[in-house]
Amino acid sequence: MEPKWVKPYGDTTNDGAVQLSFTLPVKGGGAAREAARRLCEQMNLENVQIAYQKDLGGGYTFFVIYARCTKAVEVNGISVPEVQAPAWEMPQVNTIAREKLGRKITVVGACTGTDAHTVGLDAILNMKGFHGDYGLERYSEFIVHNLGSQVPNETLIARAQEVKADAILVSQVVTQKNIHLHNLTQLVDLLEAEGMRDQVLLIAGGPRITHELAVELGYDAGFGPGTVPSEVASYILKELLTRKGVTI
Amino acid sequence: MALRLRVDEKLISRARDAAHRITGGVQEFIDRHTTTSTERAVVRLLGVEGKGPDDVPLPNLLIESIQDAGGLEKGAAYWICNAMARHSLSIAEVARAVGEGKVDLAKVPVVDESRIRETATLLAREALDKIARNRQARTGYIHQWGERPTPWLYIIVATGNIYEDVIQAQNAARQGADVIAVIRSTAQSLLDYVPEGATTEGFAGTYATQENFRIMRRALDEVSDELGRYVRLTNYASGLCMPEIAALGALERLDMMLSDSMYGILFRDINMKRTLVDQHFARIIQAQAGIIINTGEDNYLTTDDAYESANTVLASQFINEQFAHRSGMPDELIGLGHAFEMDPRQEDGLLYEMADALLSRHCFPKAPLKYMPPTRHMTGNIFMGHLMDALFNLTSVATNQHIHLIGVLTEAIHTPFLHDRYLAIENSRYVFGYARHFFDEFELKKGGLIEKRAAEVLQQSVELLEHIEHVGLMTAIAEGVFARVRRHPDGGKGLEGVVARAPQHFNPFFDLILKGGGH
Repeated sequence: MEPKWVKPYGDTTNDGAVQLSFTLPVKGGGAAREAARRLCEQMNLENVQIAYQKDLGGGYTFFVIYARCTKAVEVNGISVPEVQAPAWEMPQVNTIAREKLGRKITVVGACTGTDAHTVGLDAILNMKGFHGDYGLERYSEFIVHNLGSQVPNETLIARAQEVKADAILVSQVVTQKNIHLHNLTQLVDLLEAEGMRDQVLLIAGGPRITHELAVELGYDAGFGPGTVPSEVASYILKELLTRKGVTI
Repeated sequence: MALRLRVDEKLISRARDAAHRITGGVQEFIDRHTTTSTERAVVRLLGVEGKGPDDVPLPNLLIESIQDAGGLEKGAAYWICNAMARHSLSIAEVARAVGEGKVDLAKVPVVDESRIRETATLLAREALDKIARNRQARTGYIHQWGERPTPWLYIIVATGNIYEDVIQAQNAARQGADVIAVIRSTAQSLLDYVPEGATTEGFAGTYATQENFRIMRRALDEVSDELGRYVRLTNYASGLCMPEIAALGALERLDMMLSDSMYGILFRDINMKRTLVDQHFARIIQAQAGIIINTGEDNYLTTDDAYESANTVLASQFINEQFAHRSGMPDELIGLGHAFEMDPRQEDGLLYEMADALLSRHCFPKAPLKYMPPTRHMTGNIFMGHLMDALFNLTSVATNQHIHLIGVLTEAIHTPFLHDRYLAIENSRYVFGYARHFFDEFELKKGGLIEKRAAEVLQQSVELLEHIEHVGLMTAIAEGVFARVRRHPDGGKGLEGVVARAPQHFNPFFDLILKGGGH
C-alpha cells in the first residue's frame, strides 16, 4: 500500500490542530504564559495560543492551549493485533453453541489481587450487561461464576479447576505502580505451574488492557474499554470451536 | 429550601417501622456477641498504642493472647484491668509486658470484680473525656467561623503518601473544599489490624493509621486557620477493623467516617455477623465523638441499575438509619448515601434523578445526606463527563443535598490531577451559586412524573423492607437483595473473630454510654 501521511485535523486538511491542557508549577502571569508557550514549542507544536491560564494557588498555573502540530504520521504501515472474533449477537451465540459445540460453556471471572472495582467485570458478566448488550449470565449456553473483587489468583485457579472452566476472565481496573501487570503475570505463572494454561482460554480486561499487551503477558486475548459482552462471548465460542476443530 | 415532594406519609412510617423491626432482630444477635475488632477498639480507647515483637500492633497481641486463652467472652477490659489492679501497673505497662511475653493475662489471679470495673471505668472516662474535648474543639471552631452553606464540597485525596496527601488536601481546601477525605489503600479493609505510624506507600490510597490521622488533622487545622473556616476530615471505617478505626477517628478528631452497616459484607465479602456486631460499637463511639457517618448505598448503583433498583437504596437507608439509632446516633449525624448514576442516554433521566434525590431528602429530613457523583457511565470522554457532573451538581442544589462528593471529569481515567480537581470545584461552585435559589420559585406538579416516580420507588421500598423483615436480614442478604450480591451468614472473612459473650462480659463503654454517664 502507498504510504499515507496524516496530521491532526481541525478545519483544514493537514492544519495539525491540537488542543491540550496542563499545569506548570509556576505562579500565573506573563512569565508563566511564556513558559507554557516554549514548552509547547519543544513538543513540536507551533502557532501556540494560550487560550486560557488560571493561577490555581500554591504556585501552580493551569493552561488550556491550542496549537499546530508540526509532525505527521504514516498510517498505512500500521498493523495492530486485534481480537479476531465474529460479530455474533446473543441469540446467534446461543444457537451456534448449541448446534456446533453441543455443550454449555463455563466461565469464571474475577477482579484479582487488591482490586475492588468490579464495574468492568460486571459489565461483561452481569445479566444486565453494558451499553444495551446483555451480559454472559443472560446467555442460555453460558454458565457464569462471578467471583467478585479482591480475589487471590490462587482462589481463582482453584475455582476454575473445580467448575472445569472453559475460560477465565480477569479484570484489572485500579492500578498504582503497575500492580495490575504483576497480578496478571502471576496468574499466568500459576496456571503454567498447575499445568492448566493450555486447558483454558485466558482473557484479560480493563481500561489499561489492550489485546497486544494481553498477548505479550501470555493471555489469549485482551479487551479494553468499550467492549460489550457479545464480543467476549463470540470470541470465546469461536476459539472453543476452533480448538475442537469445528468450522463454521 | 428546595423543591418539596408530596408522598404518602403512611408509607414512610411503614418503611421505617419495618426497618426498626429488621434491625431489632439483628440487634438481639449483636447484643449476645463481641468481636476481636470490637475488643481491640476498647483497648485502643483505654490507651494502648504501638507495636510489639515482629511489628504486630499491641492491640492485636493483647486480644490474640486473650482469645487463645479462651477469655475473650468476658471482654478484653476484664483481663487487662485485672492485671492492672493485681500488679498496680498502667495499661501501657501491661500491654508491653504481654507483648514481651512476660505476662499471660488469663493466668493472673483474679481480683475482686468491682476493682476490675473501677479500673476500667476510670480509663474509659478518660477516653470519653478526650473524645468530648475533641467534640468541643470542633464546635468551638464552627462557632468561631460559622457553618458552611450546603451542599458541602467533599473532596478526595489519594496519593498513597500521607505527606503528599497533606499538600493536596491543603490545596483542595484553598480551592474551596469543605470536607477532605483521605482514601485508604485498596486492600486495607481486609487487613485484620490497623497499621502503625506515618505511611508513605499505598495502593490507590493511603493507609488509615492513628499517626496519619494526626498528621492530616494538624494540616487541616492549619489551613482552617488560614482560611477562617473549619475544614472537615473524613476517613473510612468500614472493613475488618471498623470499630478500631472508628475509635482512632474519635481520638484524633475526624469529623466524618464512612461507616456502613452492610458495605463490608456486600462489597468486601466480610462475614456478615462480624460486620453487624462491629458496626454497633463503631457507631456508638462515632455518636459520642459527633462524627457524621457516611453510608454506602451509592455503591449499589455501581453494580445494579440506578433506575430499576432505586428502591434498594432507599430500603438500605432506612436500615442504616435504624442501626445507627440503636447505637445512640442522632439523625443529624446519619449521612445516608445515594448517587447520581442513571444512564445518560435515558430519556428523562434528570427527572428520575431529581425524584430519587428528593425522596431520600423527604424521608430523612434531618439527615446530612451524602450525594455521590456519576462513575458508572463516565467513559473517559472528559467533555461529556464534565457535563454530566454539572447536571449532578444541579440536582444536588435543587434537592438540598448536604454532603456533595465532587464529580471529577477524569473519573474512570486516573485519580484527580491538580487541575482536574480545580475544574470540578469550579463546576460545582458555578452551578450551586448560579442556581442557588432558583428552585425555591417552583412547586412540583401535583401528580406529575416526579411525584409518580417517587411514589413508585417508595412503594417498592416498603415491599422490599417487609420482605426482608419476613425472611430476616441475614437471609435477605444471602438472597442478594442489595446490589445483587449474595453473601452467606457463615461465609466471608473474619467469622473467626466473632465470639459469644459470657454473662460477665464487660465493655466499660457500654456501661458508661448506653446506660448513661457518657456525654
